[in-house]
Amino acid sequence: MLTTIQALIIIAILAAGTAITRFLPFVFFPNALSAPRYVHYLGKMLPTAAISMLVVYCLRYIELTAAPHGLPEIIAIIAVAALHIWRKNTLLSIAAGTAIYMLLVQFVF
Amino acid sequence: MLKNLPSAMKAAFPHTIPVLTGFAFLGAAYGILMSARGYGVLWILLTSSVVFAGALQFIGISLLTSVFDPLHAFLIAISVNARHLFYGISMLEKYGGTGKVKPYLIFGMCDETFSILCTAEPPPEVDKRAFMLSVTLLNQSYWILGGVAGGLIGPLLRFDTYGIDFVMTAFFVVIFLNQWRAQKNHSPALIGLGAATVSLLIFGADNFIIPAMILIIACLTIFRKKLEKGAED
Repeated sequence: MLTTIQALIIIAILAAGTAITRFLPFVFFPNALSAPRYVHYLGKMLPTAAISMLVVYCLRYIELTAAPHGLPEIIAIIAVAALHIWRKNTLLSIAAGTAIYMLLVQFVF
Repeated sequence: MLKNLPSAMKAAFPHTIPVLTGFAFLGAAYGILMSARGYGVLWILLTSSVVFAGALQFIGISLLTSVFDPLHAFLIAISVNARHLFYGISMLEKYGGTGKVKPYLIFGMCDETFSILCTAEPPPEVDKRAFMLSVTLLNQSYWILGGVAGGLIGPLLRFDTYGIDFVMTAFFVVIFLNQWRAQKNHSPALIGLGAATVSLLIFGADNFIIPAMILIIACLTIFRKKLEKGAED
């Protein structure tokens, strides 16, 4: 257990480290318009690539080689995608997908 | 600007409902764990206000309950949150010209806020700046309130919420699909999926983000000519 002062220092460091990752691009390129063309290009492409990366990030602890082989996640994601393509209703897709996932991990697998 | 805030909040709120659900439960889980380790409501309020990074805050619990090692804590904070660098580069233009609220928009740019602001456009009568501020503020307030609630009432919870954290996965899948539909050129999405999956298989769950980011930048750089052509079509 840390002392109160030590805990406060750790929290300050976690806050500073996080802030650095968020502020760094803006410190390097304070004026978006004068940033190099290459950075503009990355700024256009990265949102899509980053969100794809986030989907994988959410699924990083799935173990395909051990039961249940990621089946609850795979089934629930197929449900979310199918529902979303069919009804195009963001909240419905998320709510139904989560409910299906909870039923699967609590009662089926 | 503050005059527009109520209408911007109204426009922003529906976009944040999935985050409200996710953060209420994830925040509560965080609050429960913190208070179980001897860090009560005031500590939860502090970390969720000044750190505001879900994954790191969970890891932070173990940093707060083991030996005092500031350098280790710093390196973990940087590497766990390195993905924010991508968000910053993506938001350089959108956050440009936001004036006084810019530092808070950058400070509060979590995965969820970034995803919403990437894809959602406010209705024409709502000020863009107030809309972005609203999404950021709402999401952080959900996270703080969830954490505090968890710290207070955690031990009394009886509803089996196992699996509810999938709400965040479903949220990102939906954002992914919305983006996919809005774009003709799917290469950046496929590069992101491919690079992240390959890195995950090679480096494992706890170390794959930074290699994935490097691989994404490499692919985007190598295929720049093709991709810029594709973006114009």
